[in-house]
Amino acid sequence: MADVDVRLVDVTKRFGDQVAVDGITLDVTDGEFFTLLGPSGCGKTTTLRMIGGFEQPSSGTIELQGRDVTNLPPYERDVNTVFQSYALFPHLSIFENVAFGLRRKHVKGDEVKQRVGEALELVQLVGYEARKPGQLSGGQAQRVALARALVNRPAVLLLDEPLGALDLKLRKQMGIELKRIQREVGITFVYVTHDQEEAMTMSDRIAVMNKGRYEQLAGPETLYERPATRFVAGFVGASNLLEGRVGSDGDMWTVTLPSGAVVRAPKSLGDIGSAGAIGVRPEKLALLEPGQESRGNRLDGVVVDTSYLGVITQYVVEGDGGLRLLVSEQNVDRTTRSDTWRPGERVALTWKPDHGFVVGDSAKA
Amino acid sequence: MRVVQRVANFLASHLLAVYAAVALLYLLAPIAAVTLFSFNDPVGRSNYAWSSFTFDNWLSLFRDPTLVQAVGTSLRIALISTTIATILGTLMALALVRYQFRLRKSIDLFIFLPLATPEIVLGASLLTLFVTLRIPLGDLTLILAHVMFNVSYVVVTLKARLAGFDMRLEEAAADLGANPLQTFWRITFPLILPGIAAGALLAFGLSLDDFVITRFNAGQTQTFPVYVYLKVQKGIPPQVNAFATLFFFATVTLVAAAALLQRRRANLSK
Repeated sequence: MADVDVRLVDVTKRFGDQVAVDGITLDVTDGEFFTLLGPSGCGKTTTLRMIGGFEQPSSGTIELQGRDVTNLPPYERDVNTVFQSYALFPHLSIFENVAFGLRRKHVKGDEVKQRVGEALELVQLVGYEARKPGQLSGGQAQRVALARALVNRPAVLLLDEPLGALDLKLRKQMGIELKRIQREVGITFVYVTHDQEEAMTMSDRIAVMNKGRYEQLAGPETLYERPATRFVAGFVGASNLLEGRVGSDGDMWTVTLPSGAVVRAPKSLGDIGSAGAIGVRPEKLALLEPGQESRGNRLDGVVVDTSYLGVITQYVVEGDGGLRLLVSEQNVDRTTRSDTWRPGERVALTWKPDHGFVVGDSAKA
Repeated sequence: MRVVQRVANFLASHLLAVYAAVALLYLLAPIAAVTLFSFNDPVGRSNYAWSSFTFDNWLSLFRDPTLVQAVGTSLRIALISTTIATILGTLMALALVRYQFRLRKSIDLFIFLPLATPEIVLGASLLTLFVTLRIPLGDLTLILAHVMFNVSYVVVTLKARLAGFDMRLEEAAADLGANPLQTFWRITFPLILPGIAAGALLAFGLSLDDFVITRFNAGQTQTFPVYVYLKVQKGIPPQVNAFATLFFFATVTLVAAAALLQRRRANLSK
């Protein structure tokens, strides 16, 4: 078992009557790329700010590498932060911005020069030393912020939506860059974002947060394939959720839909109440002619909408009983649109029981 | 007819420029007059009518020891009161913008009172206060009085500047290991320095210029404005014009230098 770098024990943060973070307990292990993912207002940034020391928890403790830092100010914690707005010092050159942390630690001149050089090399900004932050583009400023934090070789690097201010293309590019840098330096990253795609691309583990708690803490694959709650199923990727009555049949759940159809999903999670929903991802559904034989789960319906999206074609199918399902099919064999299903056509929807999941109202992983 | 039309057209297209020129003329004419009469060789006591051009007034700038002393006193009082008011005002502005505390709103309001109260009332009240407290009138009371109204100007000027200050910069400094004192001197202070300088400049000018409050609380101390006032009856010596001109151009140079410096800095951080 790897060493724990960050440990939160029952951490709660209240702002007046508002509970921003509600009793979070979690461990982040050494060298991990850990992400707090959630919508705005879910408490992810507050959690990060408590680790950084900018907010004091109302209760609970925070440990860094086994040391209780709950009451330490930011300047006495061995963590560094990349702020969303970068917060570069406008009156200092890029060199002095990056050197700021080293100078506070009284690192000698030669070493400062060498380490700042290395840090700028890492983020590919050699030659920008003399410039002022105002002379940089958003992407460059972001990389300076990263270098300024990494140069101190902190135990943990905190990143607060660092790509939020960049345009889409740059964001994807920087995401890959970040992951490379993290592998190269081997420092633990705690990353905050509301962008599930960003989280999935980079993270080793993700805590999906909602209303001050995390609903599921798992790797990207588990989050996607076996979401534990409705919220996770809806927030991480697109899901079809079909409400119904949950029953048990050996190692499978059975869900009886309002139309009377019974579908199955594997019992991979803990206990679920009798009311629940079966979920299945759009790409795991297959469309067949109504008469065609199939195995596994099956629903009948009518195509109501199709959209061609290049890589995939997306269908909206209205099942019996008014259920609406999203289906995506890879456009592997298609060359023209005439091959697609047309609105109004009756179809059968099928999927393997193993590809579905069941979520209850209070399930937790 | 055609000429009228032309003039009308010219006015229509240059209205803004004409308006600006008139406004500038209006603002600068008195200063121009003061400057001009510093080169006048007056006939008799009063320096109100132009007679002939001379450099004498400038060459004999320091001839009247009372005048020189008054100018010195003015500069000394202005320098001391500005320094004290700037330090106090900066700390007050920081506290008012940064922290929530009881009576913050009231203090915000009180800051404006010295700016809104008629000077004559302030001067008279201060005199009453000093006499009641048995503080002898002189340099000390003058400095106290000037600090009092100057603090308000510094606070008001700086608060505007601080409102736009990005607090994340201080968090970033703390994050990088700077304690509060280091954060202040390395990050906050350099960034709010232009605001502090603007407040200090304003305070210095107001202190140098103040007559009403000074007249009430000066005792035997004579500042430049008081000297001029006392000389009105007997005729103001033309050296006063020379000093006034000197003050004016020194201020303009200082402000221009500050503006230039700030623009260079803004260009750099753009």
